[in-house]
Amino acid sequence: MTEFLQQLLNGLSLGAIYALIALGYTMVYGVLRFINFAHSDVFMVGSFIGYYVGHHVPENTVWGGLVVLFVAMAGCALLGMIIERLAYRPLRGAATLNVLITAIGVSLLLEYSGQVFFGATPRTFPSVFPSTNFTLGTLVISSNQVVVIAVATLLMVVLELIVFRTKIGTAMRAVSLNPKAAQLVGVNIDVVISFTFGLGSALAAAGGVLYALNYPSIDPLMGVMPGLKAFVAAVLGGIGNIPGAALGGLLLGTVETFVNGSQWSTYKDAIAFAILIIILLFRPAGLLGKASVEKV
Amino acid sequence: MFPRSLSRQLRPAFIITALALTLPSNQAIAQEPIRIGEFASLTGKEATYGQTAHKGTILAIEEANAAGGVLGRPLELLTEDDQSKAGESATVVKKLISRDKVVAMLGEITSGRTLEAAPICQNAKIPLISPGATAPEVTTKGNYVFRVCFIDPFQGTVMAKFAADTLKLKRVAVLSSVSSAQSVGLAKFFRERFTADGGTLVLEQKYGDGDKDFRAQLTAIRAAGVDGIFVPGYYAEAALIAKQARDLGLTVPLLGVDGWESSELVSIGGAAVEGAYLSTHYSPENKSPAVVAFNERYRRRWGTDSNALSALGYDSALVLLDAIRRAGTTDGPALRVALAATKDFPGATGSITFDAQRNPTKSAVVLTVKDGRFVFVQDVHP
Repeated sequence: MTEFLQQLLNGLSLGAIYALIALGYTMVYGVLRFINFAHSDVFMVGSFIGYYVGHHVPENTVWGGLVVLFVAMAGCALLGMIIERLAYRPLRGAATLNVLITAIGVSLLLEYSGQVFFGATPRTFPSVFPSTNFTLGTLVISSNQVVVIAVATLLMVVLELIVFRTKIGTAMRAVSLNPKAAQLVGVNIDVVISFTFGLGSALAAAGGVLYALNYPSIDPLMGVMPGLKAFVAAVLGGIGNIPGAALGGLLLGTVETFVNGSQWSTYKDAIAFAILIIILLFRPAGLLGKASVEKV
Repeated sequence: MFPRSLSRQLRPAFIITALALTLPSNQAIAQEPIRIGEFASLTGKEATYGQTAHKGTILAIEEANAAGGVLGRPLELLTEDDQSKAGESATVVKKLISRDKVVAMLGEITSGRTLEAAPICQNAKIPLISPGATAPEVTTKGNYVFRVCFIDPFQGTVMAKFAADTLKLKRVAVLSSVSSAQSVGLAKFFRERFTADGGTLVLEQKYGDGDKDFRAQLTAIRAAGVDGIFVPGYYAEAALIAKQARDLGLTVPLLGVDGWESSELVSIGGAAVEGAYLSTHYSPENKSPAVVAFNERYRRRWGTDSNALSALGYDSALVLLDAIRRAGTTDGPALRVALAATKDFPGATGSITFDAQRNPTKSAVVLTVKDGRFVFVQDVHP
């Protein structure tokens, strides 16, 4: 029983990070209908910003940790907007495939310029938040896991409020529904799209810092696997759907952890992705996605 | 480590000088350099290994050049980075052979990437000497493939023996990588020896290359109740495994292999890797004269102590240069025959004699992490 609870906790903290990254994929998809493959590398840049800022704040303090988190989020929000302005905006209106290929290009650019600027050797992420381990019987809860789950939940709630309770959120949903009509009623598409990228990138940065906090070894290619998993989580939950991304992330993290802890750990990715295929066979639009009929 | 006899080393030089005297235009200095290829993981996950091995190799080449080169010709080391990535070493090795026309190849520190290069070198009849590929099948790829390190069956056996005899462990779990040829092999040889010695291998868990979360596997290991964990893998994963194991309240000793030996293990793992044991090829704390002398020269060149990989990188180059001297030519087939005949060659990591499978017979050392440093525990002979 304890083992089950321990694995559940491990799975949830891993899943919370997948969920944070998945939210960025899903938001951009929801508004622009394309997959921003550079997202997982913004995640990497986020943890590197955290790494550099982390060396300038006192270690093991709550406010130091929050400063690191905020600076990384602000830095990546800016980076996300710059990427959108320079790489994607000139292609607006072009075929989705062109934008997709540009996204892959931006992703590779970030990964390999990361190797030039940060170096390819793994770095040790400083322990910015105070960390202790709580024990409940034989159940061990590390404070980092609690921080991850708490910050991820908080950010998801904030995101939900922004999208459904604010003016810019309404504009985002309007652009998502029909960009031309939104423009006709006076929505500034450029601002909305820029904001969407900024918000998504800030979430990726938060994911990057939290990931590095839990697994304190960071390198320029660290975003590739979590990025892929988060993309899968977004598809699993129904791409374009915010609660779906959160659900998909948590589900994928938990399944992966349980398979990893079993005797079939060799096949963990195979099993996790097989479950994805099965779910998509029965619900092609994802768990919470609405199936839409393509009009021709 | 030093040339076996001065006259043997100088003999080719005498011949060249004699030639130079008869043909005044053909000066030894103006000789075409001997081009030696090296592929190494200078960046990426195993970068610290690739770089230290590379430094050892550079030292060997520089010393040989300072002593007048080999066969009267200067040596040129052409190094390519394989970025620690699968597939990349095949590309760079092909380039070194076909475009740069190297006469021999040095590399790699991992078994997986050496296995990629082995068939290419074999087909091109270019001798390949690996400093650190410990998986047994590496040298079965052909008779042009050599190595200067011990092989996994030996290393796995050493750790199993150490666990059973010295640490008196009874129930051990293994956490190995599915994607590394070396890890799979080590786990197998550890299991065979440990169970033969009466121990129980309670659980075998796996992880993938590049994984960062091992809590799931470690939770399963904790539930199984063990008194030791053997982790045949590299430092990047090992440090995180150690950290997460301690977080989960697993305080049993961790046993590692040569892939753990890196300062990054301590900087990432911190207190969690204290008291861990690992087997490796070499320790600079070893007091044998050959080790002391090599370490001194290494420190003078690079400003840090040598470690197993720098010593292996050094030895891989020395063994090659010795074979070129004995062969008197850089022609692939002749060089291969000379290499295979290497006997009692005094390297920094011990005496090297190739057996019929082109593997050296050598001893291993066990180290432990104490106050953030690798401390010599004992050496284990085959």
